Amino acid sequence: MKVFLLKRLFYTVLMLIGISIITFTLSHVVPGDPVLTMLGGRGTDEQIEKMREDLGLNKPIHEQYFIYMKGLINFDLGESIRTKRDVTADLKNFFPATFELSTFAIILSIILGIPLGILSAVKKDSWLDQGARIFSLLGVSMPVFWLGLLLMALFYNHLHFLPSSGRIAMFIMPPRDITGLYLVDSLITGNFDAFWSSLQHIILPAFCLGYLSTAQIARMMRSSMLEVMNQDYIRSSYSFGLSEKLIIFKLAFKNAFIPTLTIIGLSYGSLLSGAVLTETIFSWPGIGRYVVESMLFLDFPAVMGVTLLIALVYSLANLFVDLLYGFFDPRIKYDEIN
Amino acid sequence: MEKENNLDENEILLEVKNLKTSFFTYEGEVKALEDVSFVVNKGETLGLVGETGSGKSVTALSIMKLIPDPPGKILSGEINFNGENLIKKTEKEMQDIRGNQISMIFQDPMNSLNPVFDVGTQIKQVIKKHQRKSSRMAKKIALEMFKKVGLPDPEHIMGKYPHELSGGMQQRVMIATALSCHPQLLIADEPTTALDVTIQAQILKLIKNLRDEMSSSMLLITHDLGVVARVCDRVAVMYAGNIVEYAPVKKLFKNPSHPYTEGLLKAIPRRESRGEKLKIIKGKVPNLITPPSGCRFHPRCEYKMDVCSSTIPPRKYIDENHYVKCHLQF
Repeated sequence: MKVFLLKRLFYTVLMLIGISIITFTLSHVVPGDPVLTMLGGRGTDEQIEKMREDLGLNKPIHEQYFIYMKGLINFDLGESIRTKRDVTADLKNFFPATFELSTFAIILSIILGIPLGILSAVKKDSWLDQGARIFSLLGVSMPVFWLGLLLMALFYNHLHFLPSSGRIAMFIMPPRDITGLYLVDSLITGNFDAFWSSLQHIILPAFCLGYLSTAQIARMMRSSMLEVMNQDYIRSSYSFGLSEKLIIFKLAFKNAFIPTLTIIGLSYGSLLSGAVLTETIFSWPGIGRYVVESMLFLDFPAVMGVTLLIALVYSLANLFVDLLYGFFDPRIKYDEIN
Repeated sequence: MEKENNLDENEILLEVKNLKTSFFTYEGEVKALEDVSFVVNKGETLGLVGETGSGKSVTALSIMKLIPDPPGKILSGEINFNGENLIKKTEKEMQDIRGNQISMIFQDPMNSLNPVFDVGTQIKQVIKKHQRKSSRMAKKIALEMFKKVGLPDPEHIMGKYPHELSGGMQQRVMIATALSCHPQLLIADEPTTALDVTIQAQILKLIKNLRDEMSSSMLLITHDLGVVARVCDRVAVMYAGNIVEYAPVKKLFKNPSHPYTEGLLKAIPRRESRGEKLKIIKGKVPNLITPPSGCRFHPRCEYKMDVCSSTIPPRKYIDENHYVKCHLQF
């Protein structure tokens, strides 16, 4: 287990280095000059030259890369060209919101998707199954921005049921910053007004963001459940007189959940990076909006920082999923992989 | 009255009467069982033999009421177990019978155990379900059963997962689980087919000994007539969804009355016929969506007559323990 973990962490570092090279190169070969953008096209040649020198953009690209990597070792991601703040500080500011949103969204999709998948497998071809399949089909085919607007129109405009934007109501003080996650922080500090308000605020964007993965999880769960229910060992469980409830929710579920776990890991990654649209619609102050604005401004350090952070979280999430496999499937032994 | 092998008519455990089971598939109705009738007495072992696709397993699953529905359905007939018709039982009532009064062992032990639970958990949950015992008691019973089926170091095996055991050990675990609640009837569906030859003999002997020890009845499904001769009291020969001959073992071997039984017996390789070509029954098992008219065996029968293709032969009792479904007997 230890060997496996160390190995995987080592691979993660290698992968991050690879990603940094690719994004760094890409961001430096795309047409467009950040200096010109910053000066708004009105600078003199001397001003432009001076600014290039200040930013280190006059050096050859590999030298720039090494300077960047040297900073990265000390968690210094450079200074954002747009906000003029350290990228690390910006990430610290915006990332928790995204992390909270996408984690909430994945939990929501697990809670909704798994029972939905199981039920539609067990009641195959019933109206419930058809309904669940339509729900799933909509989920994988409906564009997020449209779904977001629909949800807002319904729950905010017509029902006045849930707020439409932001992380917390204007008149409520955000909880003391401990983890940066409002839901967690407000619980820790016992601030239930803040908790309730942030819960209301997170539901719509989280559902909007998580609808696609809910659908994917439900579809995967349905098909693997159907496959498992046809296995000999399920027939022998029936032949021993075990109850249907035990067979479906324990004996078959543990087998059928393994492929679904893969989908959950992958979904989580796409939620993190897919938050861009949702955050824009619901004015969620997260990293998605930050990176869109940075891109429009050709703010390379910020874009690099976000890319690396998302890659890191994504691979850690999948490492976690890989470890969970071992729990669900005893046939997987990590130490034998050496 | 002639009695053989203690076949006591008064102690009927299982009586299957005119059982008819079909599968409704996209291609049409597969008439898997046309008319199956037999009796298993208390303490007796009935062998069910026949080619692949003759309906042996469907018969077994029908008795357990485990025919996957859809597409399968028991259309008519009676399955009387201890005098009660199982076909009329609800699923809930069946759950109390399965694994408790009627148990089943399957062909492929490799796939019959759940791969993500240790075998101890799997046997314990069956004991807990039927005997309402505490976890500790269930474990004790499980250990005893493991010892009984000859698993070395039962305590250690309890924590093993199926993939860590050999095929023979897996089948021993299945047998232990199936017998853990002392069922009155054990259905063994080709219990040794997936094992290698040396293990086959051991497992067969084990099943035989445990059956005697617990004095349960057994329905043994096999296509090995040698096994039938060694283990069974009576035989039912199946062909294309029918029992074509039903007789005490000795009678069947001495005096086969159906051409199909005769063909099967001739096909057994013998020491005397060394070097000769093996005898076969020409043709193959018919498609059961459009089975042959009349006697389903007639296209392959050496003694075919006109009546064979037009009329389904009724059961002809040669004596009270022996019946044949063949026009030759009339």
